[in-house]
Amino acid sequence: MSLAKVTQVKGLALAVPGDDIDTDRIIPARFLRCVTFDDLGQHAFRDERTGPDGKESNHPMNSPQAARIAAAKKGVMVVGFNFGCGSSREHAPQSIWRFGFTALVGGSFAEIFFGNSTTLGVPCVTLSKDDLAECDAFVRAHPDVEVTVDVEKLVVTAGAKSWKASIAASARDGLINGKWDPIADLLDGAAAVDRTAGSLAYVAGK
Amino acid sequence: MAKTLFQKVWEAHTVRQLPNGQTQLFIGTHLIHEVTSPQAFGMLRDLGLKVKYPQRTFATVDHIVPTNELKEPYSDPIAQEMIEALRKNTKDFGIRFFDTNTGTQGIVHMVGPEQGITQPGTTIACGDSHTATHGAFGAIAFGIGTTQVRDVLATQTLALSPLKVRRIEVNGQLAPGVYAKDVILHIIRVLGVNGGIGYAYEYAGSTFDNFSLEERMTVCNMSIEGGARCGYVNPDQKTFDYIKGKPYAPKAADWDAAVARWKSFASDPGCAYDDVVKFDAAAIRPTVTWGITPGQAVFIDEKMPALETLNAADRATAEDAYKHMKLSPDTAIKGTKVDVCFLGSCTNGRISDLREAAKYLKGRKVSPTVKAIVVPGSQLTAIQAVHEGLDKVFTEAGFEWRGAGCSMCLAMNPDKLVGDQLCASSSNRNFKGRQGSQTGRTVLMSPIMVIAAAITGQVADAREVFKV
Ligand code: SF4
Repeated sequence: MSLAKVTQVKGLALAVPGDDIDTDRIIPARFLRCVTFDDLGQHAFRDERTGPDGKESNHPMNSPQAARIAAAKKGVMVVGFNFGCGSSREHAPQSIWRFGFTALVGGSFAEIFFGNSTTLGVPCVTLSKDDLAECDAFVRAHPDVEVTVDVEKLVVTAGAKSWKASIAASARDGLINGKWDPIADLLDGAAAVDRTAGSLAYVAGK
Repeated sequence: MAKTLFQKVWEAHTVRQLPNGQTQLFIGTHLIHEVTSPQAFGMLRDLGLKVKYPQRTFATVDHIVPTNELKEPYSDPIAQEMIEALRKNTKDFGIRFFDTNTGTQGIVHMVGPEQGITQPGTTIACGDSHTATHGAFGAIAFGIGTTQVRDVLATQTLALSPLKVRRIEVNGQLAPGVYAKDVILHIIRVLGVNGGIGYAYEYAGSTFDNFSLEERMTVCNMSIEGGARCGYVNPDQKTFDYIKGKPYAPKAADWDAAVARWKSFASDPGCAYDDVVKFDAAAIRPTVTWGITPGQAVFIDEKMPALETLNAADRATAEDAYKHMKLSPDTAIKGTKVDVCFLGSCTNGRISDLREAAKYLKGRKVSPTVKAIVVPGSQLTAIQAVHEGLDKVFTEAGFEWRGAGCSMCLAMNPDKLVGDQLCASSSNRNFKGRQGSQTGRTVLMSPIMVIAAAITGQVADAREVFKV
């Protein structure tokens, strides 16, 4: 299985502020009533975007900037801390990715969300608190400036600005080498898997 | 060298190191349900792959099951479609399915322990973040995404990096009216909703030694709410006693060998931890959430925090929370009007929860302004409860008695809040919109506190209501 090498992601950016944004807010449970991920893009942040009265809110995902990213099918979402906490639903990163975002920049990410995103080839990089505040302010002030998330060099740049970024070494390695979906590597280990299985009494049926 | 349970289980299940530096980890037990598995089976078919060890995957339905209809086809066609999809997938690939008509269906985190599938020293993965529940048995159990469900189906392994281990010691006796739920809500309040990122939580100390397996499950269940992907308690005699005789428990001659093996996985005395935190059980009081994260919690007899007392980052979330919850900073949460009471979920939908709740509910009535439902977490729990006459206690008091499932914990079935109703809930998440209404409000608490709320129609201190 050959996958694209994700060394750099470049696109317009959208700031979606707030800490502890949970997966129920990213994709409410009623959109889990499905057997494919295909239609999730349009529902990303649905209840944040549409009020109980059915009216569109001023959530950033309703902005013209979000529409440009959706049309381009590439873009960078700038978020806060502990983004994607809560449920393990892969529907959350799927909805963000299918909406059009191809990278996320934040203060920290919940682990399952991070892993789910990486397996989609969507890097989630982190900046220091101060740098994140500056990046967030910059993208709001300069909606037309493309942001580059360089996964290889671990830097986020926008215009003349740049910030040092971090990502788990294994995720970086997988992304830049086109091995972000681990299935091929896992299948390669089949013989070793059988050996481990044989050594575990509860699996071997002892 | 002295090792933690986490390290021992990790080593025993390590297949090899992957080129990117991660570990290829063997997953001994894989649990699946209808919401996060259909896409994984789809990917498997697209790639032309088979299920490598079908006998190590176990399936049930929980999230979408209607709990007020006992006969199929259900009036919700999507629920029917999702259940049929799992039926087909498990049949096509030879996977054991605890189906709705078997008397064994239930929330996936209840079915594993009830069947004796959940065992010490094992690795357990499931496409559900509350998989940490199984850690109560001394297993390393964690939630995974759907693509990873595919990985486990196809290879029985995952690509993972090891976690650090934080030992959380709670010592001493809990005061009357204080429960395991209060312990974990308190831990999350103190350590934060993201305090556990990168960690496995090892729960220990005399309080945990004295806890039943069901109480340990309540705590481990909410590890993820504290940011920790898994949480566990070292296995002991209580663990073995719980497993003994269950359908999938080792039998006869294998039993002693299994127990010896299970014991060997417990953390060694004197092993090194990446962090240690201690709590005094006696200082914990009944705890309720007031906000939109499980960490936004107070003791029932405390005031909710004044905004000035919070740091800048917490303040922004708190302002959002107060607005959503329609509550005011620096006031008491006690006395807040409650519209709905939900007793159930994989946190507190077990038989011991129902027994404790029924003990206090018996002979009392639900407030006429409250809609109250009780949803046993599994069919086995429901059967046992009926056998003990608990269902009567609930219905006579004015609760609706339902079939087994997740129900109003996440509202994928028709059990939903309406408008800005406030729900006193024994579940684990108070996220905005979690209980099915965008403006709905959730206050998390222990089962006995839910009963106190049901009777009084407000957020109440169960110790006062029941004079405990
Ligand atoms: S009861 Fe709630 S938390 Fe538990 S598995 Fe079901 S939806 Fe998830």
